[in-house]
Amino acid sequence: MAGQATAQRGKHGFAMPRVPKILIYIVGFVPAVVLFYLGVNDQLGADPMRYLEQSLGLWALRFLIATLAITPLRQILNINLLRYRRAIGLLCFYYAALHLLTYVVLDQGFDFEAIWTDIVKRPYITIGMATFIVLTPLAVTSNNAAIRRLGGQVWARIHRLVYIAAIGAALHFLLVVKSWPPEPMVYAAIVASLLGYRFVRSLVKRSMPKRRAA
Amino acid sequence: AAPLTFEKSPLSATDEKLTSLEDVTHYNNYYEFGVDKTAPAAHAHTLKTSPWTVKVDGLVAKPGEFAIDDLVKTSTLEERIYRMRCVEGWSMVIPWIGFPLADLIKRVEPQGSAKYVAFETVYRPPEMVGQQSAFPVLDWPYVEGLRLDEAMHPLAILAVGLYGEALPNQNGAPIRLVVPWKYGFKGIKSITRISFVEKQPETSWSRQAPDEYGFYANVNPNVDHPRWSQKTERRIGEGGLFVKRRPTLPFNGYADQVAQLYSGMDLRKFY
Repeated sequence: MAGQATAQRGKHGFAMPRVPKILIYIVGFVPAVVLFYLGVNDQLGADPMRYLEQSLGLWALRFLIATLAITPLRQILNINLLRYRRAIGLLCFYYAALHLLTYVVLDQGFDFEAIWTDIVKRPYITIGMATFIVLTPLAVTSNNAAIRRLGGQVWARIHRLVYIAAIGAALHFLLVVKSWPPEPMVYAAIVASLLGYRFVRSLVKRSMPKRRAA
Repeated sequence: AAPLTFEKSPLSATDEKLTSLEDVTHYNNYYEFGVDKTAPAAHAHTLKTSPWTVKVDGLVAKPGEFAIDDLVKTSTLEERIYRMRCVEGWSMVIPWIGFPLADLIKRVEPQGSAKYVAFETVYRPPEMVGQQSAFPVLDWPYVEGLRLDEAMHPLAILAVGLYGEALPNQNGAPIRLVVPWKYGFKGIKSITRISFVEKQPETSWSRQAPDEYGFYANVNPNVDHPRWSQKTERRIGEGGLFVKRRPTLPFNGYADQVAQLYSGMDLRKFY
């Protein structure tokens, strides 16, 4: 599935109006620019650091969900957005990096002892850090040269790590809140259904005679 | 809100810079109005706080219903500037107006068998949007409790105002508990009932997650929340985006006054 990233555009699905990929990045960075602008002008509410930290994390999760939605959209609704998936996936990584940077710089003030304690003692931080580490090789290999060098199959196998990252991100959000408020549960449910869809589909495929997925 | 007449109290933490009225009234945890910090300011206006009575019952010689106006009229109101430390790791400095909880307790004359005080928040789903959900975040109504000697401590107050005026709804109008050496969630809001009981009462957060929130909930940098550290805190409104964490103090800096209440107790066990 993932290996088709560069190939077959327009083969499946009806022709979506094509927009330049750079536009995805420009629009994608709007939330970050707005957040930093409001932050610098002290318009992020009573607890601006926390608001910035949480919003950047939330956008990372949203972009992660968007990349996971591209395959089902194509398979179920015949909408092909494959050519934008790399940009959206990279946006997820950039937001995750900004989220992490906010935590390290603004939240903890480079107190690496406190950060290390957080990583080893707090499951939500452990999971958050692990998720970022899992995302890193995906970001690094999100270019044509990497696909050529690794070969489509290896590349696709690496990029299946996105499923682990999605589970990690959803858990990270669930573990940081008190009680069970709706918002993190809704995000966890979306991640669960996007992964569940793939799981069910692979079961169905396996039970069908031969014909392997391209 | 209506201005109140009050005296300044020597029990105030006067060396601290006050958190702005805007932040005190627009950054609240009051789950009956939603889980976002800004939700209470947006939704709490629907709660009708007048008329209001507080029922006092249980193991007391003089149980009764106290109209809030009478309580305010018959009490000497004081301004108490207290630090408020939320269990989530942020803090404020708030100029409360109120009277010692002990004053009310003495009026109703607890019996010898009364060992704890149980508090209850109003339950009115039509007026409190957070109580309407099919998947409640907490078991309504919100309940809290104190040991009787904690409740009698001069620092424990019933607040009816802040910044010189009657409490805004989002801060727990018309009457709420303030116990400055404990995490903020102990400060139950919009109180309708106070009961004197023999056994340790249930409290909402320890019912929700007993391994995370105990009955005592004393501010303690050495006992972490299972999911996050309690060693430091961020003071709201102090430096905007670049607010530096400050160390959290045992009993929120009120150890000299209250630590003796817990002498001999293992604070890890009784968290």
